[in-house]
Amino acid sequence: MTQELTQNRITSLFSHKSERLLNVYFTAGYPNLNDTTTILRGLQTAGVDIVEIGMPYSDPVADGETIQQSNGVALDNGMSIKTLFAQLADCRNDTHGEPITVPILLMGYINPVLQFGVENFCQKCQEVGVDGVILPDLPLDLFLEEYAPTFRKYGILNVHLITPQTTEARIRFIDTESDGFIYMVSSASITGSVKGVSATMKTYFERIKAMNLRNPRLIGFGINDHETFDTASQFANGAIVGSAFIRHLSEKGTSPESIRAFVETIRS
Amino acid sequence: MQTTLEPQTSFEVSDKGFYGHFGGAFIPEMLYPNVEELRQNYLNIIADPAFQAEFWQLLEEYVGRPTPLFLAKRLSAHIGATIYLKREDLCHTGAHKINNTIGQILVAQRLGKQRIVAETGAGQHGVATATVCALMGLECIVYMGSIDMERQKPNVDRMRMLGAKVVPATSGSQTLKDATNEAMRHWINNPVDTHYIIGSVVGPHPYPDMVARFQSVISEEVKKQLFAKTGSENPDYMVACVGGGSNAAGAFYHYLNEPTVRLVAAEAAGQGISTGHSAATTALGKPGVLHGSRTILMQTEDGQVTEPYSISAGLDYPGIGPLHAHLFESGRGDFYAITDDEALQAGFQLSKLEGIIPALETAHALAALEKMNLNADDVVVVCLSGRGDKDLSTYSKFL
Repeated sequence: MTQELTQNRITSLFSHKSERLLNVYFTAGYPNLNDTTTILRGLQTAGVDIVEIGMPYSDPVADGETIQQSNGVALDNGMSIKTLFAQLADCRNDTHGEPITVPILLMGYINPVLQFGVENFCQKCQEVGVDGVILPDLPLDLFLEEYAPTFRKYGILNVHLITPQTTEARIRFIDTESDGFIYMVSSASITGSVKGVSATMKTYFERIKAMNLRNPRLIGFGINDHETFDTASQFANGAIVGSAFIRHLSEKGTSPESIRAFVETIRS
Repeated sequence: MQTTLEPQTSFEVSDKGFYGHFGGAFIPEMLYPNVEELRQNYLNIIADPAFQAEFWQLLEEYVGRPTPLFLAKRLSAHIGATIYLKREDLCHTGAHKINNTIGQILVAQRLGKQRIVAETGAGQHGVATATVCALMGLECIVYMGSIDMERQKPNVDRMRMLGAKVVPATSGSQTLKDATNEAMRHWINNPVDTHYIIGSVVGPHPYPDMVARFQSVISEEVKKQLFAKTGSENPDYMVACVGGGSNAAGAFYHYLNEPTVRLVAAEAAGQGISTGHSAATTALGKPGVLHGSRTILMQTEDGQVTEPYSISAGLDYPGIGPLHAHLFESGRGDFYAITDDEALQAGFQLSKLEGIIPALETAHALAALEKMNLNADDVVVVCLSGRGDKDLSTYSKFL
C-alpha cells in the first residue's frame, strides 16, 4: 500500500471498523443543484460510515429507473463534475459548520471522467478530499493498463464490483487488485430493481464470505430497509443503500431530520 | 485521450477489441461474464463447418442471397459515373439487417441461450431479430424508443405479428440510444439465459467484429459480381450510409485493405450540422465511450451524450461503430454529412429513375453521390441497404 493510501479515509475506516458499515448513495444535484453539501452533512451527522456521491450521466446503463431519473433531474439542474468539485471544495475544512470527515466516494460513468481528464479528475479528488471512486464501465484490465498509476499517484481508491456470475478466479484477481473494499452486487441486476434477499442471494453471500478475501466487502443493490441491511451485514462488512435513499429524498426532503430518520430506519 | 493500447496499422480488430484507438469493452462487471463468454467462443463457433453450412444455407434459402448487383443506368447517366446498386433491400425483411441476426441467432443457440433481447431504431433490426426468433422458436424481446415506435409503426406491428414483445424505451430521447440502454439493462438483469443481438457494429468487443463478419457477405458478393460484370473486383468507390454502421462495415469489409477503393460513408446531418438537430457524428463528435466502446461520440463539453436528430430513425444515433471511427481518424474513409432534405430528394430521385424506393437511411448514401465530384469513368457501388416501404408515411408528406 502506498503512503497516500495509508492516509485514505476509507482504508483507515476499515482498519478500525469492520461490522455493519453503512454506505449511502445520493446523486449530486438532486433534488436541487446545491443540495450536495446539505445532504452530505446530513448523512455525516446521522452517522453514516461512507457517503457515495453520484456524478450524473445521460446514459447510466447499470442503474434502474430511480437513479436514472435522479441523474436526469440533476443534469437538467446543471450538475457537472466541475460543479461538483466546486461544491465540495471547502467541505473538509469548513470553518462555519462542522467539517466533513466522513469518507467520500464518487460514483459515475467513465465518459464524463474521460472528458474531464483522468489525471485532472484524480488531482481534483485529492484536492477536495474525495477518497475513492466507483466507475462501473471502466473495466478492470483497462484501468490497470492505463489509469492505475494515476489513481495511485493521487491516493484515490478505485472500488471494483463483483456479481453472482463473477468466477472465483476473477474474484481472486479483483481482490488482489483492490484497495479499500469490494462492492458485492447482490444479484444479477441494475440498481433499485431487487426486492428482499433471496435464498440464492444468501448462498452467494456465503460463498464469497468463505473465500476469506483480503479486502472487506460491502453489499449493494436491493438493500433498502433494516431487514436487508441486517442480512447483508451478517455476510459482509456492511451494505450500500442507493435507490431507497433517493426515493426518500424525493418524498421526505433533504433536512437533517429527514436524513436522520432514514438512516435510523436502516440501522435499527 | 491516452492511447497506449496497441497502435496498429491494419483495419482488423486487435486481440483486445481495438481498431486503432477505438473499440474495447467498456462494460460494467455485471456484463463481463456474458461478453467474455461471447468473446471466448465467437470465432470458434463461426469457424465451425456445421455453423458455416447452416449459416450459408439460411442466407441462400431464407434470406434470398446472393442479392443482385444492379447497374443503375438512368441514375448513372444522371450522376455522370457508372453506378451499381447492391440490392440489400431485396433481402427477406427488406434490409441487410437479417445477415447479422441469422448469424447471431446461430451463435446464441450454440451458447445455449433461450431468450433474445435486441434494440431497434427504424425497426428493421427489430423485425430481422423477431424473424429469426420465430424461425428458431426463441423468445424475443425488442426495445424501441417510444418516439421511434410512433414513426415506424408498421415495423412495430410486424414484430408483434412475428411473436416478439416490443417494449417502449421511455428514457432520454426515446430513440435508438435509449433503446440500446434498455436492452443492455435487460441483459444485466438476465445474464445467464439471454443473448443480446446488437444490430450494428457498435457495443463492446466482440460485437463490432462479429457483426462486421456477418455483414461482410455484402462485399464478398460485390467482389464476385463486379468481377463478372467489369473484369475487376474493385470499384473506385464503395458508398454506404452510417448510423452505427453495419451495412457500411459489411460493404467495406473486403475492401478495407484495397487502398484503390475509396470508402465513402454518408452520415445524417439532420436539419444541418450546425442547427443542433443533427446526427453527423464525425462532424460533431469527439472521442468518448458509449455502449461499451470507445468511439467518436456526440457529446457536451462535460461528456454527456447529446440527443441526435435525423429524419431517418436508423441513423439517429450519437456514435458510430469503432471501425468507422478508425476509418475516419486514419483518413481511410471519406465522410459526408447529408441533410434530411438532400436524403429525401435522393430517395424520390431513385424512385423515379430506377423504380426503387429506398429506405430513408439508404437515401443518405445516394445523396452522397451528388457531392463526390465523380468522373465519367468512375465505377461506384452503393450499398442499397434497405427498402423504403417503412418510410412511406414520411415520404408521403413531401409528395
